Amino acid sequence: MAKKLNIKDKYRLLTRDLDWEFSYVDRKDAFPFEEFEGIKITDWSKWEDPFRLTMDSYWKYQAEKEKKLYAIFDAFSQNNGHLNVSDPRYVNALKLFLTGVSPLEYQAYQGFAHVGRQFGGVGARVACQMQAIDELRHVQTQIHAMSHYNKFFDGFQDYSHMHDRVWYLSVPKSFFNDARAAGPFEFMVAIGFSFEYVLTNLLFVPFMSGAAHNGDMATVTFGFSAQSDEARHMTLGLEVIKFLLEQHEDNVPIVQKWIDKWFWRGTRLLTIVAMMMDYMLPNKVMSWKEAWEVYFEEAGGSLFKDLARYGIKMPKYAETIEKEKEHVSHQAWWIFYTHGHAAGFHTWIPSDEELDWLSEKYPDTFDKYYRPRWELAKEMEAKGERFYTKALPQLCTTCQIPMGFTEMDDPTQVCYRDSVYNGDRYHFCSDGCKDIFDDEPEKYVQSWLPVHQIFQGNCGGPDVENVLSDFYRMNLGEDNMDMKGSPDEKRWKQWKGVA
Amino acid sequence: MPIHAITPEYKGEVLDKLENFNGNQVVYVGWDHHLMFCAAFAYPLPPEMPFRALLDDVMPEAFSLHPEFSKINWDKAEWLLDGQPFIPQLNASLIDQGIGHKSLLRFQTPELKGVQEAGI
Repeated sequence: MAKKLNIKDKYRLLTRDLDWEFSYVDRKDAFPFEEFEGIKITDWSKWEDPFRLTMDSYWKYQAEKEKKLYAIFDAFSQNNGHLNVSDPRYVNALKLFLTGVSPLEYQAYQGFAHVGRQFGGVGARVACQMQAIDELRHVQTQIHAMSHYNKFFDGFQDYSHMHDRVWYLSVPKSFFNDARAAGPFEFMVAIGFSFEYVLTNLLFVPFMSGAAHNGDMATVTFGFSAQSDEARHMTLGLEVIKFLLEQHEDNVPIVQKWIDKWFWRGTRLLTIVAMMMDYMLPNKVMSWKEAWEVYFEEAGGSLFKDLARYGIKMPKYAETIEKEKEHVSHQAWWIFYTHGHAAGFHTWIPSDEELDWLSEKYPDTFDKYYRPRWELAKEMEAKGERFYTKALPQLCTTCQIPMGFTEMDDPTQVCYRDSVYNGDRYHFCSDGCKDIFDDEPEKYVQSWLPVHQIFQGNCGGPDVENVLSDFYRMNLGEDNMDMKGSPDEKRWKQWKGVA
Repeated sequence: MPIHAITPEYKGEVLDKLENFNGNQVVYVGWDHHLMFCAAFAYPLPPEMPFRALLDDVMPEAFSLHPEFSKINWDKAEWLLDGQPFIPQLNASLIDQGIGHKSLLRFQTPELKGVQEAGI
């Protein structure tokens, strides 16, 4: 009988030994994406594998997790777990997650599968392939976790179709499309490092703690099941950065530029998380500002101190973001509240207790700039004129968010930036988004901006209502509009036996 | 380099070129320091439309929800066209006074401070 391999040997055989010498094909033809970005790799063998998992142990380990996870989903479903959530408003955060974030897991799977083929180093290829499988698992388990809610609440039914078409979902969709359309190294800095390592805690911790605080055991359990995967992904993100920086000094300015770009794009994307934390969770976890301070300013600050020895600096515009943490959640929820007729989930005015919580958490900005908006909204609602905006908003060409962010030294003035390229004018919400366009205008002239697409007649019509119902496939009067008077709210009251 | 692409001389398709808007051009109109409207509005308009029609026929539908909109003294309103001071000619067409495709018009009403004087 053959001697049983020890773990180290098995690992080597199942990863590094999967590579071979090319005898009749030029390596450059085999890995055509490896050089065009300007990144210089001198020695792939210096790559340190971050996962240290072989496929057979990976399957075993993940299968155990799946068994536990699906047992809890079953129990959740059999016990009508949806009745235990804090308030039906909470479920709207899940609708946003399923339409906006879960499809990104699928895009991450596609992206990692691609770079998992294209890297010349076998260690990096294996790590990316493993992460690709993780991401595919995440999208599947998220869909399963939320399928129970689909039986009882509106807005979950067509998440994948909506992700491809709905105006605000072009924000997360285009974020990932941008990363996937980049070269393999930029993809890794964008998703592996900037998103998974630097910013992912700001997405997952608030969502999973939010679920726990609001009685949503299905989502909490998914979070636990994904946590050990996320830890591996973070290790991969950090390994990529260190590897690129150690391989060649010419890589440093390229990597810095990508960090600047993807940090900015990431924080713009996380605006939806900011708004979820401050406005959509009936039982709050912490404010967005507090989360930013803990997970970026403290954790990220020490990370960038570590990277300083390679010549990497804090991301450009980190100071702007530090000021914006006082504003973005309020500005984002106002965008959605005023476009509540065109959103695939419900919006609402914060309760008096919530307004007071916001004043307490944002003593320098909330009462001065944002409480008066909600007082106006309340007045209008009391008159039977719930405020829905009647025209379509100008969008940022880069992040595709309505241009509602303001100047940090003049918070009641919208921040307008523009560039003229080949005779056409392009508009941006910020210096960060303008810089990204100016560096690669030929990429962003292709932005599929939902408002312009509607005007061009590419989204059905002629009216916005037709676009919403036919092109987006929203069930009007059910998925959209205010929480007050919604079928979700009516059903909840019936279940709970309240008038 | 206008793009870092693997394809040499890569050119992106300009999705928002004027020809794609069926004879219209896009014009954005924003009211400075009035954030009841979360962003400037985007309008697809014929380039030959007189400025007066923009003011009288297009803008009121959305802007009039603001309690201060009816109080605006348009003779005193100050305008910016693509960031530059601008005096609109009411009877001239948009295009003849330099309001082109994807131009941004901003107006300012310094005597009106917004709801609760909070820039809303």
